[in-house]
Amino acid sequence: MGKITIVQAINMALSEEMQRDTNVVIIGEDVGKDGGVFRVTEGLQEKFGPERVVDTPLSELGIIGSAIGMAAYGIKPVVEIQFMGFIYAGLEQIFSHASRLRSRSRGRFSAPIVVRTPYGIGIKPPELHSESAEALFCHMPGVKVVVPSTPYNAKGLLKSAIRDSDPVIFLEPSRLYRSIKAEVPEDDYTVPLGKAEVYQEGKEITVVAWGTMLHRAAEAAEGFDCEIIDLMTLKPLDEEAILKSVRKTGRLVVVHEASKSGGLGAEISALVAEEAVEYLKAPILRVAGPEAVIPMARLEDYYMPGKERIRKAYEKVMLY
Amino acid sequence: MDIIGSFDVKFLQIINEAGVCDAALLPSMEAPDLKKIFETMILVRTFNQRALSLQREGRIGTYASVLGQEASQIGSALALEKDDWIFPSFRESAVLISRGYPMWMLYRYWMGDERGMKAPDDMNIFPMSVPVGTQLPHAVGAAFAMKYRNDRRVAAVYFGDGGSSRGDFHEALNLAGVFKSPVIFLLQNNQWAISVPRARQTAAATLAQRAFGYGIPGIQVDGNDILAVYRATKEAADRARGGEGPTLIECYTYRLDDHTTADDASRYRRKEEVEEWREKEPLLRFRLFLEKKGLRTKEYEEEVAKKALEAVDKEIEKAEKFPPPDPADIIRYTNFELTARQKTELKEFGWEK
Ligand SMILES: Cc1ncc(C[n+]2csc(CCOP(=O)(O)OP(=O)(O)O)c2C)c(N)n1
Ligand SMILES: [Mg+2]
Repeated sequence: MGKITIVQAINMALSEEMQRDTNVVIIGEDVGKDGGVFRVTEGLQEKFGPERVVDTPLSELGIIGSAIGMAAYGIKPVVEIQFMGFIYAGLEQIFSHASRLRSRSRGRFSAPIVVRTPYGIGIKPPELHSESAEALFCHMPGVKVVVPSTPYNAKGLLKSAIRDSDPVIFLEPSRLYRSIKAEVPEDDYTVPLGKAEVYQEGKEITVVAWGTMLHRAAEAAEGFDCEIIDLMTLKPLDEEAILKSVRKTGRLVVVHEASKSGGLGAEISALVAEEAVEYLKAPILRVAGPEAVIPMARLEDYYMPGKERIRKAYEKVMLY
Repeated sequence: MDIIGSFDVKFLQIINEAGVCDAALLPSMEAPDLKKIFETMILVRTFNQRALSLQREGRIGTYASVLGQEASQIGSALALEKDDWIFPSFRESAVLISRGYPMWMLYRYWMGDERGMKAPDDMNIFPMSVPVGTQLPHAVGAAFAMKYRNDRRVAAVYFGDGGSSRGDFHEALNLAGVFKSPVIFLLQNNQWAISVPRARQTAAATLAQRAFGYGIPGIQVDGNDILAVYRATKEAADRARGGEGPTLIECYTYRLDDHTTADDASRYRRKEEVEEWREKEPLLRFRLFLEKKGLRTKEYEEEVAKKALEAVDKEIEKAEKFPPPDPADIIRYTNFELTARQKTELKEFGWEK
């Protein structure tokens, strides 16, 4: 098999999981006949039928809420929300129920749903099609948050998410959907949740990033000795992987496209400040979006951290 | 068992597909009013066609066509008063153009420039809502405030058949019924929500009948009959102004184009269906109606089309010559005053003037 995109890798994961387990169903808007607006579910309704790949009314709250009931009953809903900007009506269901059903029933019930949604900046779409609100979900106990960055880990992580016992928010960087291609094994492998990966080894700067920004951070690293960590699971954080690297390099730069204020970079920085401050040679830096709404196409490139901004941070920590 | 309630769903049509009208139902309109409607339809169509071709040329971004829905949008928009408030979704170009919204700004918006949605000060037009259905409660709230201030205004909110499946729709209708707010829910039932057909949005036979569950009047109108839409909207507005509360109007129409320029409708709907609806499209029948009244000649229409094209070309030029937005705008409009963090960021990003 040749090289495939993230869209195809996710499609492959869904198809294999549906084949493996008849409990797995896909629900969402336009996921069936149309194969999803990004074509991620293309061909699945033909293969598995309309009972398992279900086109829904336009009803995010209803979709996510009913997925909780399905999951509690024992089937495995994989929800597609068309864009992250449209998940917000479903937040009450995620935050008030999916995340706490296990706790509320002291283990009798749980809601191991998977909610997949394209997210992030970079395809110059209309408003609210570029949301990068991962930190919201990370703040909520009880849910896991996953962001793939390559076709290989997209397939492996989604399979793990589907097999997981907790609700998983699976955020797919829309900018990467078709922009990178790689060989992906056709066999049944998984990439574990909760584990970060060293994307590139280095000795002088630890760079933590995920999704689109992982690739930006790596491009910007030319001429620097960066150790780049692909977080992949944003919640629960692989604290050990981050600390291990910082203990080696003594410097930390976190790169994310979401607004810096209250962003996930703050959590990662605080972790390092609490656990490894004695190893730090330089201040921790965050390269992130400004405290503002993510703009539409014309201003998009200004908002998203670019190579230059990232390089500046690398230069700055190297002054120490 | 006793029957303790029953409801009739009414359908309003004034001009049929052959251009024949039911004279008893005609709204009172003089020739200039009728011509204005026709001219607006041509202008909107020209705007829309040019938008589609600009998108193909890469000069604007993704665009949502209004082809086929002109009667539902223009008929309702022209029935409202100048001071009324309008809450559009992203497909309401025709509503905005009918209200005199500068077309160059709409083009700017579809180029991905927020400044295109800064409505002129004399127009009470909310920015188009992208998250489907979420604008309905805003209209209810504005209408609440109108009543609170004793202003004889109405709020009109536009949304689709897909939007009617959201909780927002149900909560908004319910609130409006309880508050007796002067709001008109202008449901644009164009039969599709991207690839999801109307029959899969709800098991209900009509969308209009959902009003009854909230204790408010609902009516279905032929959404390709501009005078029917006009009349129904006018009546709803009169009732609202008279303190009688909200109305749901289901405009029964059809989306003739793809959902947006990013969509390919041939993946999910039959060509024959589209062709059937093309014969029912709103301009055809209004043209016939005007012809029968002696108000439309070939020369007149050619002149109207020529003027529309000239106007639209000028607007496109203006849109394309407009200077690019200032990156500081990203931050500047977030809060009333800059936060300390925002001030730092303006400096850090080199956006401060
Ligand atoms: C809350 C929300 N969910 C999904 C989308 C993506 N989306 C954009 S338009 C659309 C269909 C809308 O259908 P309808 O309400 O009938 O309006 P129409 O497009 O037909 O005018 C969808 C699913 C969105 N914009 N907002
Ligand atoms: Mg529709």
